[in-house]
Amino acid sequence: MSVRLTEAPFDPGAELTAFTAGRTETGAVATFTGIARAEAGATAILELEAYPGFTEAEIGKIAQQARARWDLHDLMILHRVGQIAPGEPIVFVATAASHRRAAFEACDFLMDYLKSRAPFWKKEHGPDGRRWIEPTAQDHADRDRWD
Amino acid sequence: MARVLLFGPLRDLAGWREREVAATSLAELRSLLAAEDADLGAALGGKGVQIAVDQAIVRGDAPLTTRSEVAFLPPMSGG
Repeated sequence: MSVRLTEAPFDPGAELTAFTAGRTETGAVATFTGIARAEAGATAILELEAYPGFTEAEIGKIAQQARARWDLHDLMILHRVGQIAPGEPIVFVATAASHRRAAFEACDFLMDYLKSRAPFWKKEHGPDGRRWIEPTAQDHADRDRWD
Repeated sequence: MARVLLFGPLRDLAGWREREVAATSLAELRSLLAAEDADLGAALGGKGVQIAVDQAIVRGDAPLTTRSEVAFLPPMSGG
């Protein structure tokens, strides 16, 4: 299991290749890649702040919940921090299980948590200045599906 | 001296991200910061602001040592 934050851009394809390598018994790997949106020019740069150590630990707790809830062989979460340009991958989640249902559901669960409650602070830099972003009602509703 | 960290909108409001403050409890630290900057003092007690001491969330007062790290965490935005 791995939870990592990175300031550098990453390649989701390379991450998937590394994650799936050597898995002769896994059967199913599900992934999600989130990509920073330009919002039709409204967002020039997304700035994501984390609390190093604390953020990974809090995400790790949810990863443990996913492992308790679904029979997973492995999972990984890779999240960008710092300045992110539109079109760049911002988050990559991969889950490995014997069968697809557990892999799909755990990946979905992890993303709903990451989008709504993970310890990040997000700021959009656009032509009209800067603004801090909070989770949407939809983000909260998506997470509440798992309660 | 406790190490104080501000995140997100609190950092913008205060104009600093990290500093050292001589305080032996969280309550003392908060009153020192509020005496210096009333707007920040109010924001630190604002809705949804959580406090972590040495990376663990605390509620109410807590003792601080010279090596304590105190983080004020405004509502989290998710990734």
